[in-house]
Amino acid sequence: MTDVPFTDASSGPARPARTGSLLEADARTRRRNAAEARFRLYGIAAVGVGLFFLAALLYAIFSNGIGAFQQTGYTLQIEFREDVLDKTGNRDLEDIKSVKTFAYSPLLRAAMLREIETHGIDTPLADAKVTGFSSPLDKLFSDGARSTLRDMVLADPSLIGQTVAVRILASSRVDGYLKGRVSRESIERDKNLDAVHLDLIDKLREAGVATKGFNLAFITGPDASDARPEQAGLGVAMLGSLYMMIVVLALSLPIGVAASIYLEEFAPQNRFTDIIEVNISNLAAVPSIVFGILGLAVFIQFVHLPQSAPLVGGLVLTLMTLPTIIISTRASLKAVPPSIRDAALGVGASKMQAVFHHVLPLAMPGILTGTIIGLAQALGETAPLLLIGMVGFIASNYPDGAISGFLAPNSAMPAQIYEWAKRADPAFYERAWGGIIILLLFLMTMNIIAIILRRRFERRW
Amino acid sequence: MPVLWLVLIVFALGALGFVLGRRRALGGAGGDIRLLHSLPSYYGTNVTLLTVVPALFLLGIWLLVQPVVVDARVSAMLPDSAISEGTTRDLVMSDVRRIAEGLDKAVAEGAMTHREARDIRAEFTDVRNRLGAVGVALGSTVGAPELYAAQRYRRIAGEGSLAMTGVVLALALGGVALSLIRTTPSFRARNTVETGIRYVLIFAATIAILTTIGIVLSLVFNTIDFFRLYPAWDFFFGTTWSPSFGGGSELGILPLLWGTFYISIIALAVSVPIGLFAAIYLSEYASPHVRAFAKPMIEVLAGIPTIVYGLFALLTVGPLLLKVFGQDGVGIMQAGTAVMTAGLVMGIMLIPFVSSLSDDIINAVPQSMRDGSLGLGATRSETVRQVVLPAALPGIVGAILLAASRAIGETMIVVLGAGAAANLSLNPFEAMTTVTAKIVSQLTGDADFASPEALVAFALGMTLFVITLGLNVFALYIVRKYREQYE
Repeated sequence: MTDVPFTDASSGPARPARTGSLLEADARTRRRNAAEARFRLYGIAAVGVGLFFLAALLYAIFSNGIGAFQQTGYTLQIEFREDVLDKTGNRDLEDIKSVKTFAYSPLLRAAMLREIETHGIDTPLADAKVTGFSSPLDKLFSDGARSTLRDMVLADPSLIGQTVAVRILASSRVDGYLKGRVSRESIERDKNLDAVHLDLIDKLREAGVATKGFNLAFITGPDASDARPEQAGLGVAMLGSLYMMIVVLALSLPIGVAASIYLEEFAPQNRFTDIIEVNISNLAAVPSIVFGILGLAVFIQFVHLPQSAPLVGGLVLTLMTLPTIIISTRASLKAVPPSIRDAALGVGASKMQAVFHHVLPLAMPGILTGTIIGLAQALGETAPLLLIGMVGFIASNYPDGAISGFLAPNSAMPAQIYEWAKRADPAFYERAWGGIIILLLFLMTMNIIAIILRRRFERRW
Repeated sequence: MPVLWLVLIVFALGALGFVLGRRRALGGAGGDIRLLHSLPSYYGTNVTLLTVVPALFLLGIWLLVQPVVVDARVSAMLPDSAISEGTTRDLVMSDVRRIAEGLDKAVAEGAMTHREARDIRAEFTDVRNRLGAVGVALGSTVGAPELYAAQRYRRIAGEGSLAMTGVVLALALGGVALSLIRTTPSFRARNTVETGIRYVLIFAATIAILTTIGIVLSLVFNTIDFFRLYPAWDFFFGTTWSPSFGGGSELGILPLLWGTFYISIIALAVSVPIGLFAAIYLSEYASPHVRAFAKPMIEVLAGIPTIVYGLFALLTVGPLLLKVFGQDGVGIMQAGTAVMTAGLVMGIMLIPFVSSLSDDIINAVPQSMRDGSLGLGATRSETVRQVVLPAALPGIVGAILLAASRAIGETMIVVLGAGAAANLSLNPFEAMTTVTAKIVSQLTGDADFASPEALVAFALGMTLFVITLGLNVFALYIVRKYREQYE
């Protein structure tokens, strides 16, 4: 660094003698100070922009997603009429099953008309004609409301003949209207809802029939088809993620720890060890989608494991997280001072005993921290899952048990979010943001656990 | 699930072996532990290792190899007449496998007896309907040769599984017997166990190599298949990308590569200045309090999954840009998904990547160099620009290259934010698509893996793998070669 310009400047001969006060900076000093201040300002701006992006991202997530945790519904007095549901009157379950879903529509309409009458609401919909199997009133209800009623009756046939208060899901357009997503202008060209419906909804809200309530079905429920965004839930996809994480944990922790112990404690300095180390650092930088191709080609095409199964997803994510876990495990093994090993060897332990009885327990907090961070990474990964088919309308049934949980087609949280983001109805976008809130909560919890583990148990030598 | 049971039985044998081995060693020494060469538990562990490890190893190999062998044998038996016009042997084989699985399922659900599944004839029974009844959908009616092949498939697979069970159990039992015979008080159990564990550790370490081999093989074989169906020249130098599953696709990679590089360049143009200046500020100027707050906050950006960024691009940034540059504003943007959208959001994602890597590198420049520069009268910014940055330059270039490789391999942001049309255009507000996005779109859905439209994804993956690997190796090379050693 001999040619640094500012040293040249001070050695230049043609420098005019200073005339002003020493306390007063000359033009050159002012220029340099201004450059200094500018540079500093760039730095502050860069940090500020980074923080601003973080804030904008979080704001977008929470402002768009919080709505998914509330859902509009009507509290209606449903009369389960015997002449509709069980014409023979013998309460035979087979007979009740033969009543199709659409036969439940008149019950819904009748209950809604009763509410309209009780609260003295004046609406043209009250005299709406039933044409065929549909009535304009049906647009108020979710498509799934009828099958909800049918499931209730099938679960408890004694309901027939009674009048019960039931909370009925509103259609997604009505839900959007209450949440401000759907406005009177936006439904003008929408055949799913008309202005008269909105007038009715306004009055039903005043009467306390239409209310927003906590949406438990979003957290625990299965996915729903394109036409019923109001019923879509993340529950089954969460189970899929859980089973995948079990596979990842069960495989990557032992394999990762074993590999790190070998490389850190036993491996001789030779070409083979070099190849392994280069391999691991390269694998850490391979794009995740390439692991998806690997999973598709090896696990599905070659070994014929079932497509879309959490087991396959878990295997792919295991291969993907192994480098992360190996790198952090090696760091924590390296942090255990050699004196521990020397002491163990000195009192007669074998190399293997020194490592497994002394070094490994001391490195364990660091290893667990690294593993949790690796798991958090795997939990948020989407791209490889798309290739092995864990996407699409497949998270619709709960797995029957542990084995089918691993082998039956399922989705995962991020893949389900992607699926919702692809659908056309904006009501699904709200679900996608809501799903992200849940995903981030999981990630945050895992990271906090990792931080606590590190703070409490990691020893400084 | 017979494999699960087999594994459980092997583990049970291992546990039993532990108890027996330990007892036999103690018994041989007459209960006096001092007469043993090793601690009693080592004798037990020795038996367990010799029981479990070879048996499970064989089981794993068998499970990998059996489908290939069965496939090859059944496929060799298929007469050429069974392969009609317009299909290939592979397609017929996948039908055969589907039928075989259907028969298995029918037997498992009790819709068919074992004998029926074995002897059923396509000439007399509508197999498609019978299988449809248990929820196995078959594309076309089942012909006699396919059904016959499926039954052969089931028989060979069944025989294989039976043989596997027998051999694995025999190996496990042999392991118990052999190691029990060798268990005497003078047997050096600890040394044997430690050697065994060492081999297990070595095997775990080689999984990294196996993964790389798996990636390379799965890419290479399918890419070769692709180039048999589609000329390599047209793939690498074609300027049109228009796949159609009906045939007659044009699969030129150039528009995809252009989209990939354009988006990556925008992403780097966003992330490198912000990340670098943030790193400089945090390591050279910021007070400890600011640093303790801002550094982890920026790193939070790195922990957010890419699907979140994808959604942010699609639903927040895209519409925002459209409002400014769309029809109502400047008028050069057609839709929310565009190169700019994806590049901007990817840039945000890469900020913490660039800043934390550069932070490490800047902190590695020794304090004495800064002190020297400040002592000569330089201001802090002059010190940073003329002393610290030149010293840290190789590391920073390496960090930027790593960020570039990240950007090229990123998938979810471009799948959601960049659009689907393959364009060769200079306008950053136009929708373009990338290599990764097309891998996803060609491999999701029910395309069969024999068509060039699906196989092209493997060739794209190969290109992606080679580019990112090359960038990483180059980055490490630069860092190693130009790293100045300050000791």
